Amino acid sequence: MARTKTDQPKLNFDGLWDYDPAPESSDAISIKDQYDLFIGGEFVAPSKEGRYFDTINPSTEERIASVAEATTQDVDIAVKSARKAYDKYWSKLTGKDRAKYIFRIARLIQERAREFAIIESMDGGKPIRESRDVDIPLVAAHFFYNAGWADKLQYAFPGRQPKPLGVAGQIIPWNFPLLMLAWKIAPALAGGNTVVLKPAETTPLTALKFAELIQDADLPPGVVNIVTGAGATGSALVNHPDVNKVAFTGSTNVGRIIQKSLAGTDKKYTLELGGKAANIIFEDAAIDQAVEGIVNGIFFNQGHVCCAGSRLLVQEGVADEVYRKLTDRIETLVVGDPLDKNTDIGAINSKAQLDRISTFIEKGIAEGGEVHQSSCSVPDKGYWCKPTLFKNVSQSHSIVQNEIFGPVLAIQTFRTPAEAVEKANNTPYGLSGGVWTDKGSKIFKITSKLRAGVIWANTFNKFDPTSPFGGYKESGVGREGGLHGLLPYIKL
Amino acid sequence: MEVLNKIPDFRDTVPIDTVGVLERVSRLNKRSIKKESKMDALKMALSMCDLTTLEGMDTPGKVRQLCYKAQHPHESIPDIPSVAAVCVYPNLVRTAKESLKGSNINVAAVATYFPSGNGTLESRIEEVKYAVNEGADEIDMVISRGAFLRGEYNFTFDEVAATKEACGDVHLKVILETGELETLENVRKASDISMYAGADFIKTSTGKVSPAATQPVTLVMLEAIRDFYYKTGIKIGMKPAGGIRDSKTAIQYLVLVKETLGIDWLNPDLFRFGASSLANDLLMQIVKQQTGVYQSADYFSKD
Repeated sequence: MARTKTDQPKLNFDGLWDYDPAPESSDAISIKDQYDLFIGGEFVAPSKEGRYFDTINPSTEERIASVAEATTQDVDIAVKSARKAYDKYWSKLTGKDRAKYIFRIARLIQERAREFAIIESMDGGKPIRESRDVDIPLVAAHFFYNAGWADKLQYAFPGRQPKPLGVAGQIIPWNFPLLMLAWKIAPALAGGNTVVLKPAETTPLTALKFAELIQDADLPPGVVNIVTGAGATGSALVNHPDVNKVAFTGSTNVGRIIQKSLAGTDKKYTLELGGKAANIIFEDAAIDQAVEGIVNGIFFNQGHVCCAGSRLLVQEGVADEVYRKLTDRIETLVVGDPLDKNTDIGAINSKAQLDRISTFIEKGIAEGGEVHQSSCSVPDKGYWCKPTLFKNVSQSHSIVQNEIFGPVLAIQTFRTPAEAVEKANNTPYGLSGGVWTDKGSKIFKITSKLRAGVIWANTFNKFDPTSPFGGYKESGVGREGGLHGLLPYIKL
Repeated sequence: MEVLNKIPDFRDTVPIDTVGVLERVSRLNKRSIKKESKMDALKMALSMCDLTTLEGMDTPGKVRQLCYKAQHPHESIPDIPSVAAVCVYPNLVRTAKESLKGSNINVAAVATYFPSGNGTLESRIEEVKYAVNEGADEIDMVISRGAFLRGEYNFTFDEVAATKEACGDVHLKVILETGELETLENVRKASDISMYAGADFIKTSTGKVSPAATQPVTLVMLEAIRDFYYKTGIKIGMKPAGGIRDSKTAIQYLVLVKETLGIDWLNPDLFRFGASSLANDLLMQIVKQQTGVYQSADYFSKD
């Protein structure tokens, strides 16, 4: 067979050897029909009888379980229980003994990793490949890492007398439910604090399964309390007078409200908020690997990632090549059942989030952006968004300025390194960024000019419990992870 | 051969990030291939095998046995595809050709002083002409790694171009011997040179050097093929050879091909496995898929 030439070369990905479904079985997991609040080591009914809300599976729109809605009164009981546990047990334990409990939690998570991964995917819509390979292993890693510090705080902060703060009130988002719980609870416990944590209303289940694990780990009652509910519950927790420290991860808007309500109090706080990260591709980058980095940066977890690389800045000389490769690459992304092991992009977390994303896509088109979506089909039921690229957009487009929190990438080009840096920094956010070049010196030169808390070079979305994470400007205050993440839970 | 006007400057290096390549391979290896798609993959892989015997002790008898196996991989399974080609030394091409008469299985000959390539260009070209004359349908040449590693990229280009000229219409596979090129950037460069110089296929290894085919190397070569296709509209084939022994690995290679180049490459015209023991493992897995139980290796003919 001689070499033949095609005039318009095009890659075809469908129609031959399509992968059969390979669903992870959810038979072995147990989810109760109804969950109460976890306070003082017990599941207790909310004070107003019958105040329960449903949590649904976003890939089927079916109800999974009902969850109690904590009132101000319930939050008060939870904080009191945390205070009692702090005074009576947790502050009396040595660091070594606290470490034993935290190590036990870490090991139990590893033992039940599969169950946690499946429930995380059912409740939140993220692909099982990610909950299995990223979320849950990192959860265990955060508990292991912080357990190691519990009896070494004097070494962590040399020459000081580290003391706990007391009761921490913690509010976490729906994009990495159990991982955000670990980011919050692990350093709090290691530092000697007790906690009241509120998971997001759309993804409460793994936190409640974690409460069962806390019972099995035989933690003293009240050291960890989980109260479920929506904004009102969170507000009650933040405003409770006996909370010493507030930790919040979520939207910048809610972060502003929390910061306002904390003004004038002596509560310590950390806020992890939104982001609009620039992923900068220079023409001397390893292009094929950079394309993978772009895909990982924006399509990881359906783009529900505060540090997502949602703005692509690509040098003009390679812009066409990168765009062509990107459009071919997104054809191979499998969109569908989160429990299928081959799924790359799962379900959008909620109807409200899907509406928000769709509104931004429409806005992007109305403002003259050139839209391109993968040709994949999506299931009839459930909340889905195809991987979406926008070309011909500029700094003044709303999809470039706003955090969309979905699988939507805004692509811009640049000519010089200075222009790339200027565009990257020209945002109210400053959480993360990426730089792709084969030249080491350029990495140092550019990254030192980017105003963002986390910057990856020749990779993206890499997390490790030893590494601090947090933002500049409207992306928040304080750091989580590493020693920097332990500090906000310590009085020196 | 069509004239390629825009031949790149091969002194320029295409950057390849090894960490990124390994991550991509590891992600592709997580694809879960089950049920019908597994059966399809096993049969597809079998149809892409180049059954190979490249020993000093090869005899016409051994080659005839291999050719029979190539046409009748396993009598008890109906609808089983035959393999793509039988790969032998030039002096056994005629024997193989006669044994395969009437089938559509090709005979490939390794030539150009396989496996080292250390001969004069004239004598290597003579060997190619001899193999073509004996009836070879495909020529598997080796590049001179010494010249390549000295930076004599023009030499590499010219030797491939000269071999292609000697091949005429016969299919040319260019073996890069990636285990001796060592870096992925070298693999990419050698792939580019070979394709621009006229290769129909690029192939990882002779099987005589370790490591032979690996998935990271294969991915880099597939990406080179993709870039060449984008630029020229010409589809070049890929052949990983050596070290691929089981069905699971073979399916992982097919996933690499499908998600890098697409379905147009999922056929023996554009993708081959150079392997000797892979075929029987594929057959065992096909029987397992059909019956639900594994059979002993004794129920599968060795060659």
